[in-house]
Amino acid sequence: MRPTEPRWMRAVLICCAAAFLTLVLLVPLAAVFVEALRKGAAVYWRNVSDAATIDALLLTLFTAAIAMPLNALFGVAAAWAVARFDFRGKNLLVTLIDLPFAVSPVISGLVFVLLLGSHTLVGGWLAEHGVRVIFAVPGVVLATLFVTFPYVARELIPLMQEQGSEDEQAAVTLGANGWHTFRRVTLPRIRWALLYGLILANARAIGEFGAVSVVSGHIRGSTNTLPLHVEILYNEYNSTGAFAVASLLTLFALATIAVKNILEWKMRRSRAAAEGRG
Amino acid sequence: MLRKGHSVLPGFGLTLGYSTLYLSLIVLLPLAALAASVSHMTWEQFWSAVADERAIASYRLTVFTAAAAAATNAVFGFTVAWCLARYRFPGRRWMDAVIDLPFALPTAVSGIVLTAVYSPGGWLGAWAAKAGLKIAYTPAGIVLAMVFIGLPFVVRMVAPAIEDLDPEIEEAAASLGAGRLRTFTHVLLPALVPSLTTGFALAFARGLGEYGSVIFIAGNMPMHTEITSLLIVTKLDQYDYAAATSIALVMLAASFLLLLSINLLQSRYSRRYGGSW
Repeated sequence: MRPTEPRWMRAVLICCAAAFLTLVLLVPLAAVFVEALRKGAAVYWRNVSDAATIDALLLTLFTAAIAMPLNALFGVAAAWAVARFDFRGKNLLVTLIDLPFAVSPVISGLVFVLLLGSHTLVGGWLAEHGVRVIFAVPGVVLATLFVTFPYVARELIPLMQEQGSEDEQAAVTLGANGWHTFRRVTLPRIRWALLYGLILANARAIGEFGAVSVVSGHIRGSTNTLPLHVEILYNEYNSTGAFAVASLLTLFALATIAVKNILEWKMRRSRAAAEGRG
Repeated sequence: MLRKGHSVLPGFGLTLGYSTLYLSLIVLLPLAALAASVSHMTWEQFWSAVADERAIASYRLTVFTAAAAAATNAVFGFTVAWCLARYRFPGRRWMDAVIDLPFALPTAVSGIVLTAVYSPGGWLGAWAAKAGLKIAYTPAGIVLAMVFIGLPFVVRMVAPAIEDLDPEIEEAAASLGAGRLRTFTHVLLPALVPSLTTGFALAFARGLGEYGSVIFIAGNMPMHTEITSLLIVTKLDQYDYAAATSIALVMLAASFLLLLSINLLQSRYSRRYGGSW
């Protein structure tokens, strides 16, 4: 029997933890909805269905819809290369994949302004040909790709390294082609982890503020994502409107946490099944 | 030849080529643009931007508030992790799930809601005001926002380490006559120091770079409540690219150094930190 603290001590520690989480997390969580509904359901609905909110929602979904397939493709490709082959510079590649996590949000936006802003060589050339990247939608997409870059690869690389490649080698030896092997052998074993990485990346894509704020130029209705729209409404002293939009993002965050927990359970189960089989 | 050894599996050139290309275009090229713009500057230009009085005040504030927040999280995050890992109590699963909220909630949302709750007219801010404490629009508000976003790093780092502690060590300590407190301070805590330090460092790093949740609650007074990230944005808004880039480079160097030391720490006590948020 493992020794433990006396009963009163346990109670004190649990109460401390609960009080801290209530002050820092739960009260703010509740406040989002209270503030959003402060002026009643009708005003809430008007705020949520406002044309500018819908525009922001569409841009946010558009950005995520571009970023997710690209993240999935990169994550799977990088994991396949790193976990299935030995090559020179592998450690460097793995380190570089994590790089965007080390860059703060504002700087993640700044680097694209420095690369493609209209004062630069490339940006100037693009502007002459009528393509605006910075302070326009492409900039928002690029910044989102940057900040979501590591998520999928980070989930897949350790998992595929741990799983090893015996099953895939068997499939190839038995005459399956590469794509077939990937779809039939690899994908079923990594699908939950792939989805997990995508869920985390998606939450970041939808919620990113700093990087997108720097590249967007805050043009209402054209380069405004939901988080930026929250800021605009808030700075216009439309607090109820800001919290109405914020409540949408909060519901989305809660859904993300729920899906994340389900996927963690699925991954534990499929790992246990693999161990049982091995 | 890049490839070492032989594998029957196909797709090496394709996957490595695509990964490297995508990495170069999305990550390396933009970061190189930062380095290139700094290299165009003279040393005086760079120095006058990074050693400016207002910039130095912002570094001091950012480092101080991020450290205070990480320390707060080290204490309370440890308590939460301990309860989650050791005790079974009603609501434990909810407590576990809610820890991820700061990861999932967009920073702009946490920024405006913390401001609403902790400003002098807010639910908890009014109480604090009665006690003579002002939280929003002061450095304390910045610390609060950084506590919010840094908390999961400590909990998710420390809880697995607590679960991994070998029960026999505690039993041995107890059977040799050590009291519970003595067992904790002399046996358990030392074993948890690496993960606690890593959690602290991750929360600190996150706090240094944080922007969205801080700018609403900070008040943003130059010299007093202006964090470095905001100063970079201010310089950009004034089209002072040289100053923005110089200050960004200082910040980037600081966070690279910090994360490098975290990686060294982690490879020594190798354990992948759970989740990657």
